[in-house]
Amino acid sequence: MGLVLQFVPYSEIEELGPARRVNKLLDIAKQNKIVLLEGRLKKEEETDLIEITMEEVDNKFKGIELAVINPQKKGQGFFKGMKSGMISMLLGDRQGFTIVGPATIIKQIKKDPNKIELFTKDIRKKKKT
Amino acid sequence: MVVNLIKKFINKVLRNIFKKKKQIKLGLYGPPNGGKTTLANKICQDWLGEDMGSVSNVAHETREIQIKEQINIKSKDGKELSFNLVDTPGIATKIDYEDFIKAGLKEKEAKSRAKEATKGVIDAIKWLDDMDTVVIVLDATKDPYSQVNITIIGNLQARDIPVLIIANKIDLKKAKIKKVQAAFPQYNVIGISAKYGNNIDKFYEGLFALVG
Repeated sequence: MGLVLQFVPYSEIEELGPARRVNKLLDIAKQNKIVLLEGRLKKEEETDLIEITMEEVDNKFKGIELAVINPQKKGQGFFKGMKSGMISMLLGDRQGFTIVGPATIIKQIKKDPNKIELFTKDIRKKKKT
Repeated sequence: MVVNLIKKFINKVLRNIFKKKKQIKLGLYGPPNGGKTTLANKICQDWLGEDMGSVSNVAHETREIQIKEQINIKSKDGKELSFNLVDTPGIATKIDYEDFIKAGLKEKEAKSRAKEATKGVIDAIKWLDDMDTVVIVLDATKDPYSQVNITIIGNLQARDIPVLIIANKIDLKKAKIKKVQAAFPQYNVIGISAKYGNNIDKFYEGLFALVG
């Protein structure tokens, strides 16, 4: 089976409480799928995600790899800054996107300001051992 | 937004009242193997003449919160700072017992260590709320843009807890302090070697500047 990426639009988590948001993402990751969430979780929800992940870790589920990508706001002039501030106020956590993948599939997510690299584990090799 | 500002203001006022009444809690946070316990030991050796915890090359050596109470430090210009030092387990998003087997542990021991490590991460996160000031200890040879680093720092910012970032292991050739500074431009980043004591005076100065 190839890599499965599941897109989750922000509207699917918008009305959910913090615990249900986190559990929804984690449930998908536990099905060995990579979650591509439109937008991002709140800071407190990100730590909740780590905390709940740790509670779920066992011999099969080894945890997650997580990356949040925010739009860059560096080096903006006054008016551009105002504009992006307004957009930020209107869109809130809908901006950017979040990747959550099971650690058994994703080895590492490297985030540079200008690029994202997703390194996967060699599953075939793992199956042989 | 206004509610957040009011919350932050109340937090700050409460923290200041709290600070006067009791010792401040200084937490050492960061990913596993960044050198938190090595730095805790350096601080304890410098001011108490004893170690705080054991260190190891195998990740998640610290799996329980460790507290050293009433550490009094002095600056060169005579200022004094007293705090309770809290060394926390490294925060991670994944823990694989097989990694401990690769590091030389037996299967049973590796599984037990993994279980303790997951509990350690949960405890470290729960303790975030109790901290008055936090020193984030990062391995300067590693990628500073890791989401764990950003999540911890973002959480501390949201809670309005003062943060000092340490780029540790500057004795190693691969260490890149500038990369850590570029990743967190809004914070004071100090490069040190907790193991050899390089730049440790700068660290204490940074601490005084933050809470002194």
